[in-house]
Amino acid sequence: MSITPRRAWLLPGVLILASTLTACGEDSADTNGASEADGEIVVYVGRDEELVAPLIKQFTEDTGIEVEARYAGTSELAATLLEEGDASPADAFLSQDAGALGALADEELLLPLPDEIADAVLPGYTSTDGSWVGVTGRSRVIAYDGEKYAADEVPGTVTELTDPQWEGKVGFPPGNASFQSFVTGFRVAEGDDAARTWLEDMAANDVEEYDSNSLTLEAINTGTLDIGLINHYYWFEAAAEAGEENMRAQLKFADAGDPGALVNVTGAGLLSEDPDAVTFVEYLVSEPAQRYFTETTFEYPLVEGVPTPEGLPSLSELQGPEIDLSDLADLEETVRMIQEAGLS
Amino acid sequence: MLAAASAAVATVPLVYLVIRTVGGALDDGGDAVRQTLTRPGTTELLVTSAALTAAVTVTCLALGVASAWLLVRTDVPMRGSLLVLSALPLAVPSYVAAFGWIATVPGWSGFLPAWLVLSAVSTPYVTLPVVAALRSADPALEEVARSLGSSPWRAWRTGTLPQVAPAAAAGALLAALYTLSDFGAVAMLRLPVFTYAISRQYSSFVGREVAVVLALVLVVGALLLVGLERAVRGRGERWRTGSGARRLAAPVRLGRATIPAVLLLLLAPAAAAAVPAVALGRRLLAGTGRRLDLGDLTSAVISTAAVASAGALLTSVLALAIGILTARHRGALVAGIEAAGFTGHALPGLVVALSLVFMSLNVVPGLYQTTTLLMLAYAVLFLPKAIGATRTSIAQVPPVLAQTARSLGRGPVAAQAATTWRLAGPGIGAGSLLVMLTAMKELPATLLLRPTGLDTLATEIWSRTNSAAFGAAAPYAVALVLLAAVPAFLLTRPQAWGESGGSR
Repeated sequence: MSITPRRAWLLPGVLILASTLTACGEDSADTNGASEADGEIVVYVGRDEELVAPLIKQFTEDTGIEVEARYAGTSELAATLLEEGDASPADAFLSQDAGALGALADEELLLPLPDEIADAVLPGYTSTDGSWVGVTGRSRVIAYDGEKYAADEVPGTVTELTDPQWEGKVGFPPGNASFQSFVTGFRVAEGDDAARTWLEDMAANDVEEYDSNSLTLEAINTGTLDIGLINHYYWFEAAAEAGEENMRAQLKFADAGDPGALVNVTGAGLLSEDPDAVTFVEYLVSEPAQRYFTETTFEYPLVEGVPTPEGLPSLSELQGPEIDLSDLADLEETVRMIQEAGLS
Repeated sequence: MLAAASAAVATVPLVYLVIRTVGGALDDGGDAVRQTLTRPGTTELLVTSAALTAAVTVTCLALGVASAWLLVRTDVPMRGSLLVLSALPLAVPSYVAAFGWIATVPGWSGFLPAWLVLSAVSTPYVTLPVVAALRSADPALEEVARSLGSSPWRAWRTGTLPQVAPAAAAGALLAALYTLSDFGAVAMLRLPVFTYAISRQYSSFVGREVAVVLALVLVVGALLLVGLERAVRGRGERWRTGSGARRLAAPVRLGRATIPAVLLLLLAPAAAAAVPAVALGRRLLAGTGRRLDLGDLTSAVISTAAVASAGALLTSVLALAIGILTARHRGALVAGIEAAGFTGHALPGLVVALSLVFMSLNVVPGLYQTTTLLMLAYAVLFLPKAIGATRTSIAQVPPVLAQTARSLGRGPVAAQAATTWRLAGPGIGAGSLLVMLTAMKELPATLLLRPTGLDTLATEIWSRTNSAAFGAAAPYAVALVLLAAVPAFLLTRPQAWGESGGSR
């Protein structure tokens, strides 16, 4: 109990010892960006560790290649990679969305993928120039409060949400990359004017802004929001956590052809010439990895022959607008539009 | 020299921001800068950030000084426990407090809850140093004023307030900078402020130039605050020489005001700790799809304690250099070095982290993604916390002591070591405790700069809340609050903060 002042001073000193001990094993960051196969790669992972770690373990068991995985948010990792430039220790990047990969490709940080990897994925869900490859798909959905509404009372198009009936009852995360892709899709499908009008009408209809998809969903689950525009798999994640029967929010897939039916992708890119990194990216689009993703997260497989998770409409039924998900010139204009509508 | 080196470390983010802004301006002829500064949203963000910072700071000052006075100068019951409780909010990360409130009052968002949450978690920054200042303040001045016919309020204002004002101002500055740089709470409570906008720019992949300009504006705001605090601190010298007995003032009897007084003291701990604790408990009971791995939890606790302590130690050494300089000297250069120490504290962790990525790879690539770099990041972020405590405690030691020691034949360093450092030691220790507990809660910089595979409690909470596993995050949040409560508790002890009264 009695720690005298001078001993209190010592406390950090004692703990620093502990830190040196724990840090010893980790202080050797691989900053050489090794280009030879040495059975070891560094992968930056912009997705959930709980989800990706078992897959990486399986990869190491199957191939004998050790993976040092660094987990953080996709946008933070993309910003880090842009800052690191050629000095990056990373050999590959697994990204939560296409925009981040587009930003890296734009700065010419991604190495071209071998054709057999680039062509393994359904066209339309991967890069157009082979700079990165799509890994899984996630559909935009209209999530609604199942205690207040039946599915047929909820609009099947996002345009209907500008109706005064929904004033102050709809929410979305305007800063989120998937939302921004959806707006880009809107522009491609219906034209810039229509997209701008939609954003302005939503702002005028008192749309609620959230910081993320999961906080939007959380608001519906707690009864503070009636309708939210999110990605479908957030619902499955939350249901796995809280139990499906406890989910107040329910999902409605937008009508075929509506901008609200856009399918976003997660993807991977190559940052060094290490053949082991190529093996890793190839593994992500292999059948076992695709099955793993679809079974654990209910995401869409992007490789033919792997079945769509049960209860989801098939990709061809959704018929979202066709856009290049990593086109940053489009993204820049989209972000400007969102900001000009007062939603930023 | 060492002080200049410390200040140089602290200005890494600033140098980085300037390089990036100038580089961007050369590329596009200054378009990004112009557009960012002139677009309507920027003014709005500026007003919201300023208003929030002002509101939180004033609340912390009022509540903190009142709490400290109640704890030291009155006969409030259970004073020991109340003092420990009043330090507890420091242990709660703002994002955990904010989550607790959203879970309790679904849909509450905007200025009001952000003000509440940030005030609650920041009040101890004022309470603790003012408690220490009041304990060592000389009651004689106030009594003299009373005996000369001043009203009690006027006697307190002229006799005691000047003695606690520097501590209160230093604490208020920390609260203000914390509010300015906080991202976790405002993001959850959906209040668009500067840090929120900076993060959004980064997450859209096309707005890096804008983010950098916004961050630079934030630094300017921080420097204004530092200047304001310097003005309040004034030029006065604050040590006392007399060896005359210093005694405690006679406690004010609260009488019927006792219950309101206790409730006032419980306000911040209830808002910052009790509400989130109940909310997390409910989530935990509601169940989770993930199994709790005790091994992971234990190793996260150990890593957190280790990196936070190591970071605190490094920060204290750097702060000592600056603190000695600013306690004893004045002038433009000294002011510059001190202000430099504060720049990192006003920036969101993400910006500081990216600046260290840039600097590290360009200057010392071998340190990249090592514990050492992470410790440097903590130093950049939290130097001000240590500078404040160091400076205050050194300023209280009369310089004549070291001069006497020198005249008795000690060398310059030995003389300082035998007098100033020894007497100021506990205060410096308090500074490092403060850094330690904040580093434990730090997320964005830890996430990007940690050695691969090192998980702290904060990163574990992040990875769970990120995928909506709020129930699974609860044990980690509880562990973090308990761990951070250790340094918070040590800070309430009379020996902390360089109080020399009791031990001499």
